[in-house]
Amino acid sequence: MNLAGIAWRELRHRRSSLVSGLVAITLGIAVVVGVRSVTVASEHAVAVKLDSLGANVLVLPQGATVDDYHTADIDAPTFPEEYVERMVTSALLGVENISPKLTRRTKIEGVSIVLTGILPDSEVASKPTWQLEGLEGAPIEHVCSGRHGVHADPRLQRTVVETLAADECLLGADAAQRLDKVAGDRVALEGQELTVARVLPATGTVDDDRMFMHLHAAQDLLGTGRQVSAIEVMGCCEQISEGLLSKLRNVLPDTRVTGIAQIVSTQIETNRLMDKISWGILLIVLLVGGLSIGNYMWGNVTQRRREIGILRMLGARRGGIIFLLLAKAVVLGVLGGLLGYGIGTLAVVLIGPGTLGLDVRALPAWIGGSLLLAVSVAVLGSLLPAWLASRFDPSANMQEI
Amino acid sequence: MLIQARGLCKRFERGHVCVDALQDIDLDIEERAFTTVTGASGSGKTTLLLTLAGLLRPTAGSIQFRGAELAGLSDARWAAFRHEHLGFVMQNFSLVPYLTAHENVALPLAIGRGGRAEQHQRATALLERVGLANRADHLPRELSAGQQQRVAIARALANEPALVLADEPTGNLDPGLATDVLDLLRALNEEHGMAILMVTHSPEAARAGTARIHIDAGRVVEHARA
Repeated sequence: MNLAGIAWRELRHRRSSLVSGLVAITLGIAVVVGVRSVTVASEHAVAVKLDSLGANVLVLPQGATVDDYHTADIDAPTFPEEYVERMVTSALLGVENISPKLTRRTKIEGVSIVLTGILPDSEVASKPTWQLEGLEGAPIEHVCSGRHGVHADPRLQRTVVETLAADECLLGADAAQRLDKVAGDRVALEGQELTVARVLPATGTVDDDRMFMHLHAAQDLLGTGRQVSAIEVMGCCEQISEGLLSKLRNVLPDTRVTGIAQIVSTQIETNRLMDKISWGILLIVLLVGGLSIGNYMWGNVTQRRREIGILRMLGARRGGIIFLLLAKAVVLGVLGGLLGYGIGTLAVVLIGPGTLGLDVRALPAWIGGSLLLAVSVAVLGSLLPAWLASRFDPSANMQEI
Repeated sequence: MLIQARGLCKRFERGHVCVDALQDIDLDIEERAFTTVTGASGSGKTTLLLTLAGLLRPTAGSIQFRGAELAGLSDARWAAFRHEHLGFVMQNFSLVPYLTAHENVALPLAIGRGGRAEQHQRATALLERVGLANRADHLPRELSAGQQQRVAIARALANEPALVLADEPTGNLDPGLATDVLDLLRALNEEHGMAILMVTHSPEAARAGTARIHIDAGRVVEHARA
């Protein structure tokens, strides 16, 4: 037996008071773990949703407007395709996919069509609805905020598609209908015969009215040289909120970088709010938990005044008394941390899908965090009672009768 | 000389009220002596015992242990002194309620970080000596008053002290049990050779000692060998 053993025996002896001390710390940790788990699940859900929505950052030439991009005016400004390389070599965190494109309005068989030159693999990666139609190859790794993994949803897997040949094109659903073309048909454009490789599914976007061909073939056909009208970027939501747009502006100073605000801002704000709430709760738990444990410890110390007097009488030093009480706080912290993690995780995993509409998963990395937090709160809350207990007058024990 | 006190004073102050609990006490306790301290309630008997143990700080005077001055020691040094050289037997037994008899006896060794084997061996031997080997795993509440006091006596001997301070050790016991406890203390005094300083207001108990001190109003009025 040693001082820690004495602390353990006291805990076992006063189980009912142990429960009251444990409840405060367990509930506090459960709330923190629950809120953090929901926050992480929400962030993940938003990231997945953003990915499913496709590109969320648009790089345009300086002076161009988003309207220019959509209307594909023949005089719309362009910038060098080499900017793509600049973005890639800058290795900005959060840039998940880059889709450069050249758009020009043109006429095919008397029908006005927007011709869009694309790099097929990049384009398909940024358009989940295309991936549904089987234009997908092997999945590539999803990297966001340092978390690695492959999306469970196959629509969201980063994929590549067979490179379009120079004499092939893809037709949007509306464009195919207006041109009365199906896959395998041929169309004449600027004196060149192209084969319709595939008719794309209706997406409800401007893409439905477009004809797509390989970027470099389009550049050659239109005689623009290696120029592009825009670069669509899929940015990871967290990095967008942490200044990805300004970093892109630094890399490409003579361009206009815009976020698709209506998609990004609301969801990112929600995440930020959740994050703030979770840290706020953490602060409250630290304060309330610390005070509760302190109050419990003071009650315990008062109850044990006689025992502490006995130990001091037998030669225990003040440091030994402090150790005895803090050892108890550590045990409380470890038990409370483990129980709190278990209860908090179980609660949100069970109620998450039904009540919050979120697939909340356990955060194993938070086991250590819960233990550290619970032990810290318990020890900090117990410091003052332990110090005061070490100052008890041991002679009171001998004079009480 | 084991303990030598000279000019020992202890004054308690509560606001404007001052009480001189000990006044100019001179005291000698020899090695192996069984000294009893008698006096009326409030005469300063327990204050003297607490002051000699460093649990109360003297207002004035000196206390020497085998020639070494104790009066100015720090709190930590007093704690070490108590642990190394003193044993305690109290009227209220002062047992830790959630420790078994065996663990209570081993407590001084546990505080001093004695090894488990040493703790076990020593506590077992002492419980056997006080006739409680078969109650080693019992909690204090499962023992009679006399048995609890025997456990307390066994604990007082655990660290092989030079001096056992006993404060009314028979005060809570029936006359028959009181006699048993006094006999045990006397026997242990002879066997182990440690000195005993026992505070009592019982004349019968006082007769157990080989030296007697009588205190009245904080002053030693009689200091005699039996």
